[in-house]
Amino acid sequence: MAVDAAMKPSALALSAAKEERVRPFRDPTSESLPVKILLIALAAAFLALVLFLPLYAVFSEALRKGLDAALLAIADHDALSAVSLTLLVAVIAVPFNLVFGVAAAWAIAKFEFKGKAFLTTLIDLPFSVSPVIAGLVYILLFGAGSFLGPVLESWGAQVLFAVPGVVLATIFVTFPFVARELIPLMQHQGTGDEEAALSLGASGWQTFWYVTLPNIKWGLLYGVLLCNARAMGEFGAVSVVSGRLRGETVTMPLQVEILYNEYNYVAAFAVAALLALLALVTLVLKALLERVYSRDHALTPGH
Amino acid sequence: MNSNRRSLIAATLLVAGMQFAPLGAAYADTSLINVSYDPTRELYRAFNAAFAKYWKDTKGETVRIQNTHSGSGQQARAVIDGLDADVVTLALEADINAIAEKSGKIRKDWRGTLAHNNAPYTSTIVFLVRKGNPKGLKDWGDLTKDGVEVITPNPKSSGGARWNLLAAWAWGLKNYGGDVEKTKAFVGDIYRHVPVLDSGARGSTTTFVQRGIGDVLLAWENEAFLAIEELGPDAFEIVVPSLSILAEPPVAVVDQVVDKKGTREVATAYLQYLYSKEGQNIAAKNYYRPSEPELVDPDLLKRFPKLELATIDQLGGWAKVQPEFFGDGGVFDQIYKPGK
Repeated sequence: MAVDAAMKPSALALSAAKEERVRPFRDPTSESLPVKILLIALAAAFLALVLFLPLYAVFSEALRKGLDAALLAIADHDALSAVSLTLLVAVIAVPFNLVFGVAAAWAIAKFEFKGKAFLTTLIDLPFSVSPVIAGLVYILLFGAGSFLGPVLESWGAQVLFAVPGVVLATIFVTFPFVARELIPLMQHQGTGDEEAALSLGASGWQTFWYVTLPNIKWGLLYGVLLCNARAMGEFGAVSVVSGRLRGETVTMPLQVEILYNEYNYVAAFAVAALLALLALVTLVLKALLERVYSRDHALTPGH
Repeated sequence: MNSNRRSLIAATLLVAGMQFAPLGAAYADTSLINVSYDPTRELYRAFNAAFAKYWKDTKGETVRIQNTHSGSGQQARAVIDGLDADVVTLALEADINAIAEKSGKIRKDWRGTLAHNNAPYTSTIVFLVRKGNPKGLKDWGDLTKDGVEVITPNPKSSGGARWNLLAAWAWGLKNYGGDVEKTKAFVGDIYRHVPVLDSGARGSTTTFVQRGIGDVLLAWENEAFLAIEELGPDAFEIVVPSLSILAEPPVAVVDQVVDKKGTREVATAYLQYLYSKEGQNIAAKNYYRPSEPELVDPDLLKRFPKLELATIDQLGGWAKVQPEFFGDGGVFDQIYKPGK
């Protein structure tokens, strides 16, 4: 069989060429109507099943007892403090990872150095380990049985089962988003523009600010949005280090779980719906910015 | 170019800025953290409000009580790892022992610092079945019938699950005339009928009630009553087996934490208030069997079915049972083989 196949290629090529001559030209993106309908229906059904139905379920469960009940559930003291903690965590974690991500991507994409592959792998680590492990690592590092925990405790600083632990765990799991988004982009762009800027006398900072940053802005924005979404939605790592102190260390995803476990389904899904809305706001914001940018582009000649 | 850069900064700030909201924590004179197990959520919600009022009335101090709930073993672990609990109200003695031994945060002789072996309320294990009891489950022996699916949490992380296993064990010992090997085979057989092991009792209840998995839920009596109350008497009913176990969920002050925070007085008063008339009635209302029933409204007591209850001391006490049954390589590890 293998010998047979090895001897055949010329014959195969010949018959393929013949067939091609016979077949009339056809636009590669045009399909027959039934195939079109089938493909579009499949895609639509998949979207409905995977995206719209769950979203619909969340909102319909939240509003099952009317809008008032849902709003009342969100106005609850514990729910409100969960919302503000979630936002606080994102406000700290996102800028941190923004700065770190740009710096790391800059180093990896624009420079050659020993251990670069190792650094790249290290940045990816939070993606490859389970969030639960991320949380447990912090227990090992800062727990009462660890070296660091009691030292910090004697200085009056509590990391675990307090806000710093929640922030740290979130930063850990959202570490790679910005860097991962930027590295391929910056590698693709190469160092040509920067070299040109430098040879024209720009300082390092000027080069970064006027050349590199404008080149990567879309990747950066996208990375920040992803990072933000994950920071607000993280459950696993946070649940390990939070201690679930209501009104103090409970973030929105944890609050959803607590309410669900208390048979309080309307409140649970009201908070879940709010979380989904926050994510939607982020997306709307992104679309809005894109529009502003394209208008700017049109008005800026020579760009 | 310039406008681009400004927009970029604006974009970054907007994403960050839209999420600013004032962090408004309600500050009180004192705050207590009560680390509890899974099904006590409703009990402590009611009790905390009552205690806060009592403390305000007698001492004039505002006290805010934070409750956290999860599997009992998991909660003990969190306290060992540094969760600053003022009091622990867990599902079994072994979990408080674990805190005392592994972290020294609770004195070793904590048992006896409060009345009734530190158990202000007791409970037992019953069966929750679907309405009409379609599989005809009456007693422990029925759980191993063909096609019966049993829902119980993981004894490694859940206190209730350990009581479940011990209740089955106690019935097995009685049924097989004290034959340990036969009892072990029987209990192993039960676990072969378990499709999911959740980490806490509430997770198991959700599996059984919400996801509709299984024919019978081995549940805390209070959890079973509550499930019926919350989710409808037309969907489930309680089956009381011929014999079950007397579960004594203990409470204790976490000495190191209260001394550090200066909350010993209020933490002790909090636990003692569980034994008061008010505390005992709240426990009974939430379907926990009060340790001092003479303080409690007889109408509330009538709801608890009478059944034969084995005690943990008959099995040798927690100090012996914990390592023998639930330690590494213990009885549970020997009998539980998932997927069979």
